[in-house]
Parts: sequence; structure tokens; C-alpha cells
Amino acid sequence: MAYNEQELAAVKEFLYKIADDQLIIGHRNSEWTGLGPLVEEDIAFSSIAQDKIGQAQHIYEILHNLGEADADTIAFTRDASLFKCCHLTEYPIGEYDFSLVRNFFFNHAEMLRFEMLASSSLEDLAKLAKKYRGEIKYHVMHSDTWIKQLGKANEESHNRMQAAVNNTINLALGIFEESDSADTLKSMGVFEGEKVLQSRWLETILPILESASLKLPESSNWQPAYGGRKGVHTEFLQPLIYEMGEVFRLDPKAEW
Amino acid sequence: MSSIDPRIDRLELPANEDGKEVMNKLEQWETYEVFHQKKRGDQHIHVGIVHAVTPEMAIILAKEQYTRRRQTSNLWVVRTADVTATAYDDADMFESTPEKTYREASDYYCMDRIRKYQLEHGIKDRKEDRRKVKEAE
Repeated sequence: MAYNEQELAAVKEFLYKIADDQLIIGHRNSEWTGLGPLVEEDIAFSSIAQDKIGQAQHIYEILHNLGEADADTIAFTRDASLFKCCHLTEYPIGEYDFSLVRNFFFNHAEMLRFEMLASSSLEDLAKLAKKYRGEIKYHVMHSDTWIKQLGKANEESHNRMQAAVNNTINLALGIFEESDSADTLKSMGVFEGEKVLQSRWLETILPILESASLKLPESSNWQPAYGGRKGVHTEFLQPLIYEMGEVFRLDPKAEW
Repeated sequence: MSSIDPRIDRLELPANEDGKEVMNKLEQWETYEVFHQKKRGDQHIHVGIVHAVTPEMAIILAKEQYTRRRQTSNLWVVRTADVTATAYDDADMFESTPEKTYREASDYYCMDRIRKYQLEHGIKDRKEDRRKVKEAE
């Protein structure tokens, strides 16, 4: 498909947003490798982290075909201000309750976004959305299982999960920060928009939280953490990018 | 009572038999036996165990431990505690008496007759062909 300049910019920004989210949350989750609560979960969580990074790489390749640099250069050498990830993905791993709740919020948004993208006019992305459906389905099953287990296991686990939900909701809402080019993307048939996604997301997660005896804070108190989509990030992103690119910078021209 | 697991330490269990019992239970979660099915219709084959607290959790953990590098259509998990097993002390009941080898499949010789039939009816012996190819390699 031939794009005009405005359309191309909108598509690129949209792809960066999705891939940067996946790369950064994938990298964060990989920080649990070796520290998981039991060995089976350590392996499962690490594997999910790897899946996310793989998905990001695939989207960076689509960007490369649209004229951007190659995937490694995009991932490892950009300055934080050029990243389009939301703040939710940037925060340090904290304790396992936060990491699980973050994944729960993120995975559901990702699954619903990819469901919408399966019929996108951007064919490469639509293909990819179908390809990764199974992977993401497992990621969602993994977070739902833990949320339900810990939401109801005992008083301590319930309180910690509820506190994590309370502390994470504003970050999670930041996923749905609308882009200036939302109308362009909609008229091109690429994506229906973050508002649609957010309302589907709420419809999906509310019954699951309820079955885990967890509640979202009152919506009147919500203050979505916006900025990430515009390149305004938390203090945590730049050090993460620096660490992620350490090996790459040793020899940027190396063949892997 | 102290444990190497900080989550158990936080419970401040009493240093008596009751505390010990709770600690033993928590330090090692119960196990689930995992059965893997390659293709729909195949037998499920036992592949190992996972630690988990519920069957649902056993499923999500077994998925990553046992299916990442092999084709899979289905997984079963069963609580190890729900498996009924023979006692190793009774293993002698599986021994067969030497004069009863006719009960074992390996005691039947029929390939000579099968080959003869194949030869008479011009049926190609694929197994034989494969063996020859293998030897040639």
C-alpha cells in the first residue's frame, strides 16, 4: 500500500508504540530470571518475557521495511525520548505482586489490541496479530491464574494484590493514551482507536478481578499516567535502555 | 522456626511439631504428574512433574516446562497424591517364570511366514527396503 507522508508517519508511530511496549515489558520481566518464586514459574515467566521481545523484534522488522533502521539498531541505540512505550512497562520489577498485576493489565490490553489488529488494513501487522494469538492467549492464561490464586489465597496475598492493583491502575490506563494521528489511523482502517480498546479492556478485566475478589479503585480517582506515547518517560527508562544495549555497543557491527 | 524461604520466615512459625508440619508443607508444594499428547488421538505420555497449588496452576507451569520444544495438542495434569501405585516391595509379582516365555510377544516367530507370503504375492517389504538403505549409508 502506498502511503502519503502523514499516513506513513502515523503508521510508524503506531508500530513503535506497540513494539516498544513489548520490548520494555519483556526486558523488565526478564529481570526475574533466576529470582522467580519457584523454578517452574521462573521458567514460565522468563519464557513469556522472551515471547514479548520476539514479538517486538517482528514489529521492528515491519518498521525496517518501511524505511527505519534495522531491529537491533532501533532497539538498542535510540534515546529514551524516541521510545513510545507507556510508563507501565518502564517501572522496575518491584515485588512479584506488582509484576503479576502489571502483566495482567498489559496482557489483556495486548490480546484485545491484537484481536482488533487481526482485521487491520496494515496487512503485515494483521498477519502478525494472527500469528501471535496463541502466544498471547497463554500469557493471559498465566496472569489470570496467578491473579485468581493470589487474590483469594489468604489475607496477606489478597491485601498485597489489592494494593498492587490500586498502585498500578493509573499506569495501566496510560496504555490507552490517544495519539494525535488517531483519526488518520482510523480512516486508513489500521486501528479503531485507544478509546475503543480501553472500554473493551475494562469489560474484560472487571469480571476476572471480581472472581479474584479484587476491585478497581473508583473511576473518579483515576489519573492515567500519560506521556509515554509522546516520548516523555519516567526516570527508569533511560538506565534500562542503557543496560539493554551494553553488549550491542561493544561491537555494533557484529554478526550474531 | 527458620526456613531458607523468606516467605515462610515471615509467618514466624512456632518452633514445635505443629510449626514443622506447616513448614514442610509450604517449603515444597505438592506435585502434579504431567501427561503430554503429541497429536489428537495419540496416547497421553507421562513426561514428568511440576510443583503447583492448584490444577490450573499446574497446567500453566507444565505448558512451559514440557511443551516448548515439542509438538503438542493436549496436556493432562493429575495430582501425584491421586495416583494409585503398586509397592516396590511387590515388584517380584512382575517377574515371569522362565518356562512361560510363550506369554511374551518376543517369543512368537512369524516374520519367516510373512516374508514368504510377501514373496509369493509380490508384496514389497518396506521394512526390508529401509534396512538396506540404512546399511548402504
